[in-house]
Amino acid sequence: MSVTRHDIPLPGCEAIVIGASAGALAALTELLPPLAPDYPVPILVTVHVPPDHPNGIPALLQSRCRVTVKEAEDKEPIHPATVYFAPPDYHLLVEKDRSLSLSNEEPVSFARPSIDVLFESAADVYGKGLLALVLTGANHDGAQGSCSVADAGGTVLVQTPDSAASRSMPESALAACPAATAMSLSDMNHLLAGKRSGES
Amino acid sequence: MMPHTSAHIEDIEVRLFLEAIYSRYHYDFRGYSRASLKRRLRVACESMGYPSLSALQGELLHDETIFPQLMGYLTVQVSDMFRDPAYFRGIREQVIPHLKTYPSLKVWVAGCSSGEELYSFAILFREEGLEEKTMFYATDINGTALAKAEAGVYELDRIALFTRNHRLSGGTGSLSDYYHAAYGAARFDQTLRKRTVFSDHSLASDSVFAELHLVSCRNVLIYFDRPLQDRAVGLFKDALVRKGFLGIGARESLRFNAHVNAFGEFLPAERIYQKRGEA
Repeated sequence: MSVTRHDIPLPGCEAIVIGASAGALAALTELLPPLAPDYPVPILVTVHVPPDHPNGIPALLQSRCRVTVKEAEDKEPIHPATVYFAPPDYHLLVEKDRSLSLSNEEPVSFARPSIDVLFESAADVYGKGLLALVLTGANHDGAQGSCSVADAGGTVLVQTPDSAASRSMPESALAACPAATAMSLSDMNHLLAGKRSGES
Repeated sequence: MMPHTSAHIEDIEVRLFLEAIYSRYHYDFRGYSRASLKRRLRVACESMGYPSLSALQGELLHDETIFPQLMGYLTVQVSDMFRDPAYFRGIREQVIPHLKTYPSLKVWVAGCSSGEELYSFAILFREEGLEEKTMFYATDINGTALAKAEAGVYELDRIALFTRNHRLSGGTGSLSDYYHAAYGAARFDQTLRKRTVFSDHSLASDSVFAELHLVSCRNVLIYFDRPLQDRAVGLFKDALVRKGFLGIGARESLRFNAHVNAFGEFLPAERIYQKRGEA
């Protein structure tokens, strides 16, 4: 258990973005269920899912999580203690007024939703208040977005490739973004949950 | 390095750029969702070879050939025929029976882009025997896209998806009855658009032009901020007859819209709304 006294995962953290692809469900199942029901920041997640099927991950995680887990709606205000998933076939973006936008524009690096698109727009809005996590995945989406997050002063954590079900996405992010820190899922877990993992 | 400063400068550039377009060319993108628009403008700068939006703005003001090139970046043209087949199945099975009770019909495909949705409706209405009493309006702000819509020619490699969607939407005939293939392209039957008016119309600045029974405006509102979404849905509300229908995109909703109370949820999963009778 972590003994940190922070209510938020990092000083000044206003929001968390997460990108994952192959192996996402297992990784998210480790990270999200420990979070307290009054978790102080919002979490925005882009996972690569097929365009023409409902995404079962939010419902699955909602049953295991104490924070609210849902699919993002267009122009929805962003609230803390809530996990928003990009819907299949749409990019998820953050607006300056801290609401969510969806976009149907062309896939980026063959992906829609694209992790780069989410990270880049969130970096614009949250700047150094953003914590970005790149998890397991079999492509290079999220690498460019990680650079945008770091350039705007935010923090980038990347799942150690050795611990990832699929290592290319973490490897690409680490290669593209020298400011990123490699971290195991369980260390991320402690950082995210903070002292709250020991409560309740 | 002061990273916040560069992001801030870019925001100023975007705002000035949209003002420049509005003042010079009278197209109003100021109410578009900023995050994705900003992204598309970055792509435009990069692929047109300008170091910054300010540099592009100088050219845009003086060289009239720039704006038409930009239009393709400012607007998003992503569509398929019978896209989201459940939507068209909902129209066919639940909305059409209501529409059959009117002596004549007007249908508006707002933001029709290159026409895929317009032809989907034309085919659906022909299959349901309503074509002869229907007038279609297909509008967009992008002239290039409108010209494509009027031509009704699509790449042959998209036809497999269109065919599958048409079948899943409950199509009664074969999609191949409506086009002929030549030179790698599928040209849709020109009689499908004989009852369609194609027109330049902006949801940001133009007004209502007809009394309508059905408005289909899908994956357009997501590119608007909330005040502009309110304006657009306000137009639809004013244009629709009582009990008229409004269809929007699979991930769009009226939940955060100023006019939400003017509509009832007719088929919530398919995002088909019906204007309230007393409105």
